[in-house]
Amino acid sequence: MSKSNLTRRGLLKTGAVAGSGLALPTIFTAQSASAFINDPTGGTVTLGFNVPQTGPYADEGNDELLAQKLAVEHLNGEGDGGCLNTFSSKALRGNGILGKKVTFVTGDTQTKSDAARASAKSMIEKDGAIMINGGSSSGVAVAVQGLCHEAGIMFMVGLSHSNDTTGKDRKANGFRHFFNAYMSGAALAPVLAKEMGKDRRAYHLTADYTWGWTQEESIVASTEAIGWETVNTVKTPLASTDFSSYIAPVLNSGADVLVLNHYGGNMVNSLTNAVQFGLLDKQVNGKDFKIVVPLYSELMAAGAGENIKGVLGSMNYNWQLDNEGSKAFVKSFGEKYGKPPSNSAQTCYSQVLLYADAVERAGSFNPCAVGEALEGFEFDGLGNGPTLYRAEDHQCFKDVLVVRGAQNPTSQYDTLEIVEVTPREQVMYPPNHPMFGGDAASLGECNDGA
Amino acid sequence: MLGLNGRDTTLLVIVAALALLAPFILNPFPTDSGLAQFNAGYPDLMQRFAIFGIFVIGFNILFGLTGYLSFGHAAFLGVGSYAAVWIFKLFTYNVVPAILFSVVIGAIFALAIGFISLRRSGIYFSILTLAFAQMSFALAYSVLSNPKFNLTNGETGLQVYADDPQMFHGDHLPNLPHLFGLSMRANYEMSVGAWDFNFNAGYYVCAALLLIMFYLSMRIFRSPFGMMLRAIKSNQTRMTYTGLNARPYALAAFVISGMYAGLAGGLMAAVDPLAGAERMQWTASGEVVLMAILGGTGTLIGPILGAGFIKYFENIFSKINDNVLHGWFAFLPDGLEDFIVAILHPFIGKGWHLTLGILFMLVVIFLPGGLVEGGQRIGRLFRRKSGKDDAEKATQSTPAE
Repeated sequence: MSKSNLTRRGLLKTGAVAGSGLALPTIFTAQSASAFINDPTGGTVTLGFNVPQTGPYADEGNDELLAQKLAVEHLNGEGDGGCLNTFSSKALRGNGILGKKVTFVTGDTQTKSDAARASAKSMIEKDGAIMINGGSSSGVAVAVQGLCHEAGIMFMVGLSHSNDTTGKDRKANGFRHFFNAYMSGAALAPVLAKEMGKDRRAYHLTADYTWGWTQEESIVASTEAIGWETVNTVKTPLASTDFSSYIAPVLNSGADVLVLNHYGGNMVNSLTNAVQFGLLDKQVNGKDFKIVVPLYSELMAAGAGENIKGVLGSMNYNWQLDNEGSKAFVKSFGEKYGKPPSNSAQTCYSQVLLYADAVERAGSFNPCAVGEALEGFEFDGLGNGPTLYRAEDHQCFKDVLVVRGAQNPTSQYDTLEIVEVTPREQVMYPPNHPMFGGDAASLGECNDGA
Repeated sequence: MLGLNGRDTTLLVIVAALALLAPFILNPFPTDSGLAQFNAGYPDLMQRFAIFGIFVIGFNILFGLTGYLSFGHAAFLGVGSYAAVWIFKLFTYNVVPAILFSVVIGAIFALAIGFISLRRSGIYFSILTLAFAQMSFALAYSVLSNPKFNLTNGETGLQVYADDPQMFHGDHLPNLPHLFGLSMRANYEMSVGAWDFNFNAGYYVCAALLLIMFYLSMRIFRSPFGMMLRAIKSNQTRMTYTGLNARPYALAAFVISGMYAGLAGGLMAAVDPLAGAERMQWTASGEVVLMAILGGTGTLIGPILGAGFIKYFENIFSKINDNVLHGWFAFLPDGLEDFIVAILHPFIGKGWHLTLGILFMLVVIFLPGGLVEGGQRIGRLFRRKSGKDDAEKATQSTPAE
């Protein structure tokens, strides 16, 4: 078919032509003058919303996306403005960010580190996203936070509860609004001591990844501090859907409390299995058997239905909170989507506003300037009450809610009742706490990708 | 040239040209236009094209030539990634030792798994490889990662931390995988008019290796060894009767394709220093089978086309959301616009699997030889048509008196 008459001279000629052809464009193009990566030069700025739309945490992810869209509307001055009116910082004026209209791209993390990084990378490289927000798993959060730090992009963590995210894996380009496992332990322990007594024997089932490990560690530490005994800790794969084989041994272990370090679909299934095995109707060591779910969400409560009645846990935020910011947010979310927002929705909504506000205050999209504006930032009016973004580890500190599955829910959204609002002083810890990487943990240098 | 006949040389030159000019070819639309959504010329996706190209070329050496359908090839990709990240963690961010080590580890795993699995053929072989791959996945996902002994870092994925030893890491070197100082993330963006083209160091490393691997597979296809492998596919019993032992050949092919997979895994870690367990899951193994079949098994160029096709869908179609659709159909009246968006909704975004599945079915039913057969048919169509035209002209040129 082809007849190749390859001569030395011919090859040289083609090579020279091809070479100069490739080199030519470099003569009359100059590197763009931006000092940092993805500097928005046009009339718009692109944010990347990277949330799980499939997989065990898909419900949380889709709720996050709704909240992020709402936040973008409010930033652009559409809708009723939501928390822009109650936010203690008044830098945002509803005209986009620094006068640029906010647009966004979305991606599916699939709750897998690999897929999440691929999706974040394409947002950064292809769509020119200046900030990535969202996610519903600490494994993914740690992986994407590392990527954003390497690439020089801001990462607003979204839903991640592992101590590692702002502990040993903390990064200068990442900020976390959510609370963490240590705080859950610190907030829950006094309530547990009051409600269940100080001589309980606990059995832990733990999702087998960074979040599960650190939550187990935190809860074990804080419950042992009030005098509980830990009978056993068992790791379960994240992908499991049936936990019967893990529940059966609990019955014969002599434990009288089951701690489920599970989240999302995992927790719904394990709790359902535990209730089916009749654990809650049992008496062990002369006490009523109890179940504790240290990290709760409305979506999980809705998924577990009847089974969560009376089960204790902790939360980052609940729509029933009675403060100005929360009311404003619940109102505009409810009007738009016809349901109250979840904990994960509120987290991502606040983070988008906080990022935009930090850019306005810094006067630049440069991630290092934005980071500086967020470090040590004290604010109120986004729904959680007075809140601090600590500079040393980029962890957010605010009141933590201890909640219980409602005994007599009045509506399908009224599934959880607030037992106690633990003040933030009680859940504070030093940034070099041993559960958070000790003295070795460091944020590293802020990276602007230049 | 290079021990290839004319036709193969042409093919190699075409592949080389495609690989080198990919930044231009994959970015045909101006950056600010609405069609920029379909541009694929950004570093991450180009790297994926090249890496999965290598992976599926290797898979095709086994499946295309010997007919042994391995359903656990992702395991080799995964161990390759872990091997590379461990080199990054312990020794240096230079990609050369990492890639070499990942190939070696891929080979060792392939030798062990192949030695056992190749005792059976057909569906039993497939199931054995699948079982081994799922075993590796489970090991990486939970067994070998716990706070006490952490080889794989489970769900989060293995990554490099600031307190890792990195014995040969110098201060002047980039804090990312690099090739003798050239960061894999180094990117030169060229703006010509409304277009932006990305020239990425990581991509060109992958593309260079893709070309070498493509050349190698070409030589294997045309060699006596390749002929033996084809003999296994066409009639293994007859081969045995002629006094030839098929198993060493099959094992050699299995190990070679395992090394290709290890190389691909190493490259994945080289362009993004994180190794996640998911890339060993059975879905990943299934994906490479799809790529090979979609492109055309047993052909040289087919698997690369298949890999490109699937990765394009995964990365481009999955990112089209309802907002984008509303943007496209904004010119229609509101009701009609919503209706069309509602119809298209299941096929875009997270529904890209559905679109891909339909296309895959169509290809398998109507083009059993894959995309390559499609290309050949189109080629033949044109040739036949031009031939017919000639014939018609010939008849017309002799008007009946």
